[in-house]
Amino acid sequence: MARVVVDVMLKPEILDPQGQAVANALPRLGVTDVSSVRIGRRIEIEFAGAPDLDRAREIADKLLANPVIEDFTIHVHEDASAEVV
Amino acid sequence: MRIGVVTFPGSLDDGDAARAARIAGADVVRLWHGDPDLHGVDAVVLPGGFSYGDALRCGAIARFAPVMETIVDAARGGLPVLGICNGFQILCEAHLLPGALTRNQHLHFRNRDQFLRVESTDTAWTNNFTGGQEILIPVKNGEGCFVADERTLDQLEAEGRVVARYIRGNPNGSQRDIAAITNEAGNVVGIMPHPEHAVEQLTGPSLDGLGFFTSVLRALAGSTAGAQAGGHQ
Repeated sequence: MARVVVDVMLKPEILDPQGQAVANALPRLGVTDVSSVRIGRRIEIEFAGAPDLDRAREIADKLLANPVIEDFTIHVHEDASAEVV
Repeated sequence: MRIGVVTFPGSLDDGDAARAARIAGADVVRLWHGDPDLHGVDAVVLPGGFSYGDALRCGAIARFAPVMETIVDAARGGLPVLGICNGFQILCEAHLLPGALTRNQHLHFRNRDQFLRVESTDTAWTNNFTGGQEILIPVKNGEGCFVADERTLDQLEAEGRVVARYIRGNPNGSQRDIAAITNEAGNVVGIMPHPEHAVEQLTGPSLDGLGFFTSVLRALAGSTAGAQAGGHQ
């Protein structure tokens, strides 16, 4: 069954304290070559029928992302192989 | 005057908000998230808490509650609306106020008594304060960091729409120390700290919170004296 995947990320200019906290923890794992970590959200939507990208975009714009602070991208995910639309 | 206090699933401070409005002298009407009818109230308080469990983003789901659809229309028509904490988040998600409230910069939940400076007394909810007045009310939030783009921040400042600022320490990293803002008309105010917890000597750090509730009663008394009587709906 095809799913529509929505990836929501904070806009680049918005501070991501969670990502910073993760980045600050990495040296404890011995990782010292990471300069930045930013955390987003992946949402998978299954439609009853065929995946409807326009509908998914509307859902993302109205509810899944807050356009004041977040950007989103949408693609259809066919089982194992991801396909960017 | 009838002040409506909305209860969403996950609201925490609706009881205190109702009590504060009552102490200020209002008749309180409890409103339910699933009921679009505002029951003839003259003003609305959106209380603090975790509406719909803060699923997705704080306030994101509450914005689409049946009661909110009515409140958004009524607020655009001039109904005084005060959003406290989660209520502020809901007002931003509903685009009645600009900007957004994000995770506290230091990632810690902050719960303490907080000094604010009231900077705009031209709103329905702050006309009983004096400009520059310093007040002490509790702050308690995990996602209270106010952000907006520079243009919006400049516009808020230029139009006198920063209602209150944190002083003696910013508890959450809010840009320009913003604790409360208003819409262009001054009838909608969002505030992150909790005036409803500072209305009685026994339970609050001061009585400073009462001013928000007496302000709206004064604004309503003024508007009914100046205009024809009638509901806002």
